[in-house]
Amino acid sequence: MLIVEGMPLLYLELAVGQRMRQGSIGAWKTISPYLGGVGLASVVVSFFLSMYYNIINAWAFWYLFHSFQDPLPWSVCPLNDNHTGYDEECEKASSTQYFWYRKTLNISPSIQDSGRVQWEPALCLVLAWLVVYLCVLRGTQSTGKVVYFTALLPYCVLIIYLVRGLTLHGATNGLAYMFTPKLEQLANPKAWINAATQIFFSLGLGFGSLIAFASYNEPSNNCQKHAIIVSLINSSTSIFASIVTFSIYGFKATFNYESCLNKVILLLTNSFDLEDGFLTTSNLEQVKGYLASTFPGKYSEVLPQMRNCSLQAELATAVQGTGLSFIVYTEAIKNMEVSQLWSVLYFFMLLMLGIGSMLGNTAAILTPLTDSKVVSSHLPKEAISGLVCLVNCVIGLVFTMESGNYWFDIFNDYAATLSLLLIVLVETIAVCYVYGLRRFESDLEAMTGRGLNWYWKAMWAGVSPLLIVSLFVFYLSDYILTGTLQYQAWDAFQGQLVTKDYPPYALAVIGLLVASSIMCIPLVALGTFITRCLKRGDTPPTA
Amino acid sequence: MLCLLFFLVTAVRAELCQPDAENAFKVRLSIRTALGDKAYAWDTNEEYLFKAMVAFSMRKVPNRETTEISHVLLCNVTQRVSFWFVVTDPSKNHTLPAVEIQSAIRMNRNRINNAFFLNDQTLEFLKIPSTLAPPTDPSMPIWIIIFSVIFCIVIVAVMLLILSGIRQRRRKSKGPSEVDDTEDKCENMITIENGIPCDPLDTKGGHINDAFMTEDERLTPL
Repeated sequence: MLIVEGMPLLYLELAVGQRMRQGSIGAWKTISPYLGGVGLASVVVSFFLSMYYNIINAWAFWYLFHSFQDPLPWSVCPLNDNHTGYDEECEKASSTQYFWYRKTLNISPSIQDSGRVQWEPALCLVLAWLVVYLCVLRGTQSTGKVVYFTALLPYCVLIIYLVRGLTLHGATNGLAYMFTPKLEQLANPKAWINAATQIFFSLGLGFGSLIAFASYNEPSNNCQKHAIIVSLINSSTSIFASIVTFSIYGFKATFNYESCLNKVILLLTNSFDLEDGFLTTSNLEQVKGYLASTFPGKYSEVLPQMRNCSLQAELATAVQGTGLSFIVYTEAIKNMEVSQLWSVLYFFMLLMLGIGSMLGNTAAILTPLTDSKVVSSHLPKEAISGLVCLVNCVIGLVFTMESGNYWFDIFNDYAATLSLLLIVLVETIAVCYVYGLRRFESDLEAMTGRGLNWYWKAMWAGVSPLLIVSLFVFYLSDYILTGTLQYQAWDAFQGQLVTKDYPPYALAVIGLLVASSIMCIPLVALGTFITRCLKRGDTPPTA
Repeated sequence: MLCLLFFLVTAVRAELCQPDAENAFKVRLSIRTALGDKAYAWDTNEEYLFKAMVAFSMRKVPNRETTEISHVLLCNVTQRVSFWFVVTDPSKNHTLPAVEIQSAIRMNRNRINNAFFLNDQTLEFLKIPSTLAPPTDPSMPIWIIIFSVIFCIVIVAVMLLILSGIRQRRRKSKGPSEVDDTEDKCENMITIENGIPCDPLDTKGGHINDAFMTEDERLTPL
């Protein structure tokens, strides 16, 4: 996926930006006036992304500030009213889930109950936007210096975590699970689709941020080398990070498996009044058999309460996204020694990564704005960035409401996926067929001083567009087959997630999100065509 | 006659302490789980200590200051270690009400736990819930303190940058505007190829090269 899709498209975007030396709107307008919509669509997608992405940084700030307590607030359940036991919701779920769903989000049972804006996450969101504003204030000059820090620090923390993770008890279980290929999953096309989509988003294709950054490069810059290096580093970092993740995962799964076994041992010891310490994990099965045969009546009473503990089942509970960062990792961290230190390190790293992504997005929005003469002549750079940050912050307050997490999931799943595929497809076709592959090749040769390899030409002209079209078709068919869309809601009484259907207005918002970015392309093309026709209609009478 | 009376007394006493008897409580100890290698064996001396602790707890209750160790009866000791106990009144005919025993044990739970080097989970009194320690709530949540510190630092940094930007611009507008803004794209860069300077392809000094203009402007208007 990387070689066939990631590298060629990355090279394409970097080359376009370096060649046209403008942000995404101007760059595509230069390629063909009808295609200004592509740049506009990229900006719209980046705008949606920056609206919802910063709430993740707000949550990371929240967890970071709470990591300075002893014991960590998500490691213990709060007590119930008469202090005889723990809070009910916390008992049914785990303490980390309780902290995430109740204390951080204060989540409502469904998307219809909006609730009020929670002031604590709102404060963290304001802080997150202030930090982003601080970094983009002076434009790319200051952003470039900040990115040295935000990009390198996570590597240091990952290395520390790698050493710590590999020395944890049970880490090898997780690593073995990761490296054993699961052939039935590889045969499932959905896995390949997810891999292709993952490459897209991790490289940041189609957002316009790559074009924006590349436009600041010198024209003679060797962007081919950069494209290859960046994509290789990107993938190796992914593998490195997943080694760390899976070792911590293995630790958590082993810990849960062992505590499940201990619970079963305690249950049997108490019911049959066996000697304390007689039952261990090694003789558990034997003793169970013995008890089943000697006390069949009592054993059958106890049997329903005994859970079947399985290490594989614990490992297979795959989670991704916000669930992974805030629930699974915190659960693993709370069981380590000196958990405050690990927690602070981890959330600081998460914050650096998030702010780095936000800087890219905000640059993608700001570069076209500062490039356009209309806006930059009236307002200074600082005011434009301030205005953009303020607007995004106010809209982002929606995600701090009690139902905010459900809206976040909507944006996360639908704002970027389809639109980006279409944008990148149009980009590739535009460069290869509308502008002309030969013309682009000669431009690049003149600019950088080196020719274009046959491999890139083959990829740009043929393979990558086909791949993107097939991805697109797959997503659409998947949606049409499954019918209505559903989401996971948190049920406070059961202490777990339940599936619910989206109400009509949520479906309308989803449609609007996808349509508004995609429609830019044909609308702008149509608009340019109409203005052209009108102009052509005007000029002959002046002859 | 005396033998019969003795027999009767022991029979009555035995009836008072039985599993699931009225006012009887089951106790469960997990000594090996708590102490590992340093676990002690549960023998009659430890039972004596237990009876003493229960009697001590009852003595703290008003009206029960005369409870003796002999009033506490243990029975059904298993290997687990678990057993049942009751507390009788001075006449040794009835057992004391469960509510009193419950409140007495709850008040002195900590002393009883410490006497055996155990805690609430390893020395369990079934049907007597333990009072959990409330979490220590500081007067001001710690996270607000850290949040305010970082917030102030960021606001100060933003103010500084904005002010320096304004000052720079004022200086620029006063003096001659020859200063290059370093972050603007280098439109004045000249690429050298074979020793001959080439102009950048379509832009030069901010003007757009006509060769790349759109169709309708290629022909000069009449």
